[in-house]
Amino acid sequence: MNCLNCDQKSVIVLQHGALCKIHFINYFEDKVFKTISKYNLIDKNDKLCVAASGGKDSLTVLYLTKKYLEFRNISMDTLFALAIDEGIEHYRAKTLVDLRKFCEEHTITLYVVEAKQEFNYTLDEAFPIINKGTKKKPCNICGVWRRYLLNKYARKYGATKVITGHNLDDEAQAIIMNMFKANTDLAAHLGPITGVQEHKLFAQRVKPLYFCTEKETRLYSLLKGFQVEFIECPYSNQGLRSYIQTMLNDAEQNYKGIKQGIINSFLAILPLLKEQATEEREEVRSCTQCSEPAHQEICNACKIKNSLAAV
Amino acid sequence: MKITVIQERTNSAQIVSFKGKIVKELLWQLKINSETVLVVRNNEVIIEDELLCDADQIKLLSVVSGG
Repeated sequence: MNCLNCDQKSVIVLQHGALCKIHFINYFEDKVFKTISKYNLIDKNDKLCVAASGGKDSLTVLYLTKKYLEFRNISMDTLFALAIDEGIEHYRAKTLVDLRKFCEEHTITLYVVEAKQEFNYTLDEAFPIINKGTKKKPCNICGVWRRYLLNKYARKYGATKVITGHNLDDEAQAIIMNMFKANTDLAAHLGPITGVQEHKLFAQRVKPLYFCTEKETRLYSLLKGFQVEFIECPYSNQGLRSYIQTMLNDAEQNYKGIKQGIINSFLAILPLLKEQATEEREEVRSCTQCSEPAHQEICNACKIKNSLAAV
Repeated sequence: MKITVIQERTNSAQIVSFKGKIVKELLWQLKINSETVLVVRNNEVIIEDELLCDADQIKLLSVVSGG
């Protein structure tokens, strides 16, 4: 099948037709730039921190953020990448090799923050202690640590926005997960710009790949020649998200456009969810131990730190 | 026909006896959802209605992140 715009062989079939390599790359970049413009994800006065892991999503969003800045004649000094090394043996070190190489090639400043430095434990060391007596994987600790370190160090290095590589599949899964678990408060934090309220202790998170499927993103990173080796996290979660991911992919295979439909429906009700969450929101406090944002007296990261210190 | 299938996710290769004609039918036979892979032959991405030939070697790249 040839591209709908030319006589070249197509590399992907989308709802509106098949596209060749060049027209797909143009389509993808155009979609990301339109998302940035429509939702005002990047302002010329912003200092931008791209949350990077070395995977296909973060390399793609890093590359396209840089390209967008060039396109808009915004200084590259406003951009840096930040990676969190949780301390997972045989996993993170490998993805960081790809990320370091990528940042060198594209002259992007990279900061790597290690959980071990901050919490005195790697994730591998911490989770058998914290989750002792349970069959829980370390994802509960990893999530708290990553959010904490990302927000703390993005602000430390002066970022006004944190750019993440969340794609359409990630978002559709999160929407369905929150719906299945009746987490309407959490759902209100989703969208191209995360969070319900702006707060000086939070760097606002934005998602330029919001309308790009996981398949499109992998294809883009492949066609652009980004070095992305498939490495699976040894703790890769097989829980509800994985179940929903399979469910949505099965549905998409049979009924094209399902995932996009979920996103469009969600965006239609998101203003109502945000309004409700604003009315019911808890006050954001400053953690009494570390001064980072917390919904209680002590933030979740310090609670984990205290549990480890008590051993 | 015989097709060599290399799967990135499992880092494995297998030779598959295939009676169909196109990529889509091969994925059905392997019970692989086309939403979860990119199909590469001779370093070129091919789509689901591409014809396969005997002795083709294809690589299935995982679309799903490993994190």
